Formats: sequence, structure tokens, C-alpha cells
Amino acid sequence: MKKSVFLGALTLASLGAGVAAAGTLDDVKARGKLNCGVTTGLVGFAAPDANGVWEGFDVAVCRAVAAAVLDDPEAVEFVPTTGKTRFTALASGEIDLLARNTTWTFSRDVDLKFEFVGINYYDGQGFIVPKELGVSSAKELDGATVCIQTGTTTELNLADFFRANNISYEPVPIETNAEGQQQYLAGACDTYTTDASGLAATRATFENPADHAILPEIISKEPLGPLVRHGDNEWADIARWTLNALIAAEELGVTSANMAEMAAGTNNPEVNRLLGTEGNLGEMLGLPADWAQKALAVSGNYGEIFEANIGESSPVGLARGLNAQWTDGGLLYSPPFR
Amino acid sequence: MATITDPPQGAFRLSMLINDTRYRSLTFQAIALLALIVAFAYLGNNLMSNLRAAGLNIDWGFLGSAAGYDINQTLISYDSQDSNARAAVVGILNTLLVAFLACVTATIFGVIAGVLRLSNNWLVSKLMSWYVEIFRNIPVLIWIVIIFTIMIAVLPGPREFRGDDATASMVMNAFAFTNRGIYIPAPVWGPGSMVVVATFLASVIGVFAYRRYATKLLYDTGKLLPTFLPSLGIFFVPTILMFFIMGQPIGLDLPALKGFNFSGGIKVGGPLIALWFALSIYTGAFIAENVRAGIQAVSKGQTEAAAALGLRPGRVMKLVVLPQALRVIIPPLISQYLNITKNSSLAIAVGYADITATLGGVTLNQTGRAIECVLLLMLFYLTISLAISTVMNVYNNAVKLKER
Repeated sequence: MKKSVFLGALTLASLGAGVAAAGTLDDVKARGKLNCGVTTGLVGFAAPDANGVWEGFDVAVCRAVAAAVLDDPEAVEFVPTTGKTRFTALASGEIDLLARNTTWTFSRDVDLKFEFVGINYYDGQGFIVPKELGVSSAKELDGATVCIQTGTTTELNLADFFRANNISYEPVPIETNAEGQQQYLAGACDTYTTDASGLAATRATFENPADHAILPEIISKEPLGPLVRHGDNEWADIARWTLNALIAAEELGVTSANMAEMAAGTNNPEVNRLLGTEGNLGEMLGLPADWAQKALAVSGNYGEIFEANIGESSPVGLARGLNAQWTDGGLLYSPPFR
Repeated sequence: MATITDPPQGAFRLSMLINDTRYRSLTFQAIALLALIVAFAYLGNNLMSNLRAAGLNIDWGFLGSAAGYDINQTLISYDSQDSNARAAVVGILNTLLVAFLACVTATIFGVIAGVLRLSNNWLVSKLMSWYVEIFRNIPVLIWIVIIFTIMIAVLPGPREFRGDDATASMVMNAFAFTNRGIYIPAPVWGPGSMVVVATFLASVIGVFAYRRYATKLLYDTGKLLPTFLPSLGIFFVPTILMFFIMGQPIGLDLPALKGFNFSGGIKVGGPLIALWFALSIYTGAFIAENVRAGIQAVSKGQTEAAAALGLRPGRVMKLVVLPQALRVIIPPLISQYLNITKNSSLAIAVGYADITATLGGVTLNQTGRAIECVLLLMLFYLTISLAISTVMNVYNNAVKLKER
């Protein structure tokens, strides 16, 4: 009898746990809000403005998805995550989408069971050195002390790079970009390494930016993109194609300025399919036909989002580089809307 | 005449489990135990199945795979191709190192400040109360960061030691104080150096033997031998003699500028120094209060009685007051040692590679195995805290008031 009570408890426990995974899309619609994981604050990518409204390059992806699904770009609950908490938050269902300049790697995709839905920023890891050191290549850094943000893929790339080139270094782990900048400027480390976009942004805040050089070697590929949980392909499709819609819209010349005009119908069938005036792509996703229009209405296409948040006219001041459309020599290449 | 006999022992019946007072308590305890087991099994199973449902499978395989990152201070050999488990061990050793160093120096700071706070000199006692109040009322994390920041800003970088118009220079050509750490000479063990080391160890034992002999002589005959100078002599003279007899087998490896950094010698890293110093000076303030409380807990009559017997103030403190104060000081001192060990987990604020930074930081981030890593961290801190507690409790039992 005692044994059966115990087994009964076990059965109940396992039954209780079984009722969890319904479709994320239904959950989001029922909740009326998209829970989106972002950084705790990185200007240009995701940070609250003076009024506490989140804005940035990654935030724009969250808002576009919210607009496509819920027809309201404001219906987003932003959940600030750190490098440590981001994956647990996504896996446990606390957030529906993680847009937090996260590098797409094999083990994150396969072992941690996440689904990267695309790449919204192609980055790579570089080094910054004071010009007075007379170093012109990262391979001359034998024996150098290197400041590095701990807990990022850059830490592993650094170890691999020095190992592959058979040179030694001494790592100085730091927690935040600000701390790295301070130690680097005080000379506590000879060089500072992080994503090249971050180095450019950091150098721009130095007193004498011209005294510091970013070395030519880019030692890693850092494809940053939004991700969702494994196992809910419908939801992954929505996130993937919303991102693709932003990219394709730039390629097809759909901007926030001319969208209303184009939505009335054009003689380009792909634009019509994208904007939902032709075909039933929205229906296939389980969304209204004009889902992409709503996503694009938030802050425009990929190019507009880039310029507004991290482009050359913004304080971060990044060039498009690899993040230009494939037609302009970059790597952005959306699969066709067909 | 009535005889009292035991009631007849009937055969054991199941109903006796409830009705018979001899068995009833056992029955209820068994039921309670069973209920407890079922409750924990239910909770544990619920946790596991919910984790599984959330896609968070517990898997310890990551401990064996290559860590892939480098660590700047390693007490055992380690490179980026070693396993995550080894990186965790490197972190554990770093935690234990800084905790041990900080416990020792915090005790020294604390005892000195605690005794001086009771000084009759107004200036000294006020200075010490300022020290206590300032240091224990500002969070330790802020002390760690302040000390580290000052170190980085004030000490020169290795670059400033270079060239003809160097703005910084080494102390006695052997010590370099840089903002990356302090470089000190390292001993080089030549052939025959073991003899010198053995002599040194023998003379340490000799010092203790001599002191024990002096105490015994004092108790047996009342004759007081001088201890300080002879101890000093036994400590130094044989080792120095042996050093020259063996032809100076122990050399020094001096740090020297090479490439970007100093090389050679031993590097005591800036993060270690900042963390060590901050933990010691912060916890030292608490220990000072414990020491003061302990000394004041010894009744004044004891001091006066000892003085009336003709003991000098130093001996009053050493032979009468401190032994009685220790039983008040030790229990809160255990908590302070535990605090140091746990506070050392703030190491990552200055980039010191302790267990929280390696296993709970980089490994956790790179493998994404948050639950496993945090469980291991909890287990480690629990184990080490219980171990410290046990050792200190044994010591406490040795010094506590003996009641006969």
C-alpha cells in the first residue's frame, strides 16, 4: 500500500509536468504581449532611452515580431538578460524570443537546443592597441596582456588564435566594456579585444582616438542573430521570416516612406507577395496577410533600422561593411518570398 | 501476601502498533519518515520532470570536454585544451588561496586593531575606532573595486619602465611594482639546496623544542630561561651556515623587462592583491570588534588579581586575559572566516579567476549549463564552509572554558 502511494505521487508529478508545451504563437496571442530577451543595456543595440522606452537594433527585431503577430509594436515585455541568464531564460519559457547580439554557434544551436532564426549582424573579433607600442599585426602580440570580456565567445576565439599561432598571452578577464576601457587606457593591459563593432564604438569615446589602432586581423566570425527554442517550428518560422522581411524589404526598395504606396499594388510580384497583396504567405504562417506591412511599419526596413541605431549617422557610427545587401557586396541575402 | 508478576507477554498483534505505548511512538515516527521521503521524492521528481519539459536536461558531460579558455593565475598546470573540470579545480585552488591569505591577514589586522582600540592613548584608540567604523560600514565589493582602481591608476605600467627616460624603476633591482601586479624574485633551487631546506625545517623544530624545554624548566624548577634571543639564533644561524657550507645553492631569478611584460621571478597579480587586501581590511574591522568584545568580557578583577600577584602587563594579557578572551572571540571568528570565503566570490569584479569566475562564469556561459554549474558551486561553498566550521569548532572546544 505504501509503495502504491509513492508510485501514485510519481505518476501525478509526471502528469503535472506533461501539460506544458503548447504553441508559442497561441501563448503570445493569449497573453497579448511578446516576451523578448534583450541585453541589460548596450547603446545602439538595446537600451532604454530617457523615457524608459527600449530602443536599438535588437529591440527593433522584437518590435517587428510583435507588430507582425499582435499588430502592436508596443506589446513587448522587454526582459533584460545578462550573458549568464539569457539561455536559461529562453529555455525555461520566460521569454519567447532572444534578440541579444548572441553569436550563432554549433553548440548553442545543437546542444543547448535553440533555433537561430537568421543573422541580423555579421561581426568579427578584433584587437585595439596604442600606436606607441608599434604593433601592426595581432601576430606580433607574443607575451602581451590582453583585456577580454569574460563569458563571451571572444574569450574562446582569443585562446584559439594564440594557440594556433603558437604565441603566448596573459588574459585579464573583465566584466563590462567600461571596465575594459578603463584598464586598457591605464596600461594594465597592452591590448583590448572584443567584437570589432564594439571596438569602434569604444574608441570613439576615447580622448585621443587617433592614438589607438584597430589591428587588421579579424580573428573570428561572430554572426549575431535572434533565436527561439527548439521544437516549435511555427514560431521559429514567424521569427525567421519577419527578420527576412526586413532584409528583403531593403533589397526590394520598400521603405517606411513608400510602403503605403507600394501596398496599393505594384508590378513587382515579389513586393506584392511580401506585402500580402498577392498570394497567401501570411495565411501559411498563421498570420494576417499584411503581417509584413505591420512589421515594416514599425521602424522601416533593415537598412533604415541599421542607420537609425548603429549606422554612420548614429553615435555608434558603424559602416555597413559585411552587413550590406548582397547586391552591394555585403552578406545580407534573404531567401525569396515565394 | 501478594506477589507482583509481569503481565503475561501476549504475542505481537498488529493493533499493538497503535494501542500499545511501547510501539506507538515508533509507528508514528515511521509514518512521519515515510511522509517525508514521499514529499521529497515528489518535489525532486517534479523538479526533474519540469526541467525536462522546459528542455533543461541535467547533463554532466560538459565537465569532461575541453574548456577552451585561458586563465591568468593557475596554481596547477592548465591550458585552454584542458577540461572544464580542471578549470574548475584551478578556480577552487584560487578561491582557497585568497581565502587562506585573507583569513591570516584579517586576523592579524583584527587582533592589532582590537587591542589598540582599548589603548589608553586617546589618539590610537580613536584612530582604531575610525578604522573599524569606516571599513565595516562600506560594502566589501566597493572596497575591492576602489583598491583595484587605485592600484591601476597609481602604479606605473610596464611600458614606463622601458627606455632611457623611464619614469618608473624597480626597487632594489629585484621588485617591480606595476599596475598589472607585483613581480618579486623567485628562488632557484640548485643542487644541494635540499640540505639547506632540511636544516631550516630542523631549526624550526628546534625552536619549538627549546621553548617547550624552557616552559618545562619553569614549571619544574621555577627557573626562567630567556626565550626570544635563543629562538632567533636557532632559527637563523644553522640555516645561514649551511647555506654557505653548501656553496650558496639557492639563487634568485630576478624579474626583468622582456617584450610587453616583466618576465622571470614570481608575479603576484593585481587582482589577487586587491582582493586579498580588501577582504583582509574589511573583515579585519569586524574581527577587531570581536577581539575588543572578548577582552572586555574578561572581568577586570582578573587583571587586577594578576597584577596583584606581580605579573607584568604583557604577561597579564598573555597568560590571564587572552586565554579567557579566546573563548568569547573564537565563535564569532568562525563566522568571519566563513564570510571571507564566501565574499571571495566577488573576485570576478577585479578579474580574479576564482571558482565563481571559472566554473560559475566562463564555463557556465560557454556551455550554457547554468543549473549544473550553480549546483556545483553551491556544493563547493557548502563543503568548504562546513569544513572551516568543523576545524574551528575543534579549536573552540580546545580553548573553551573547561568545566570540571
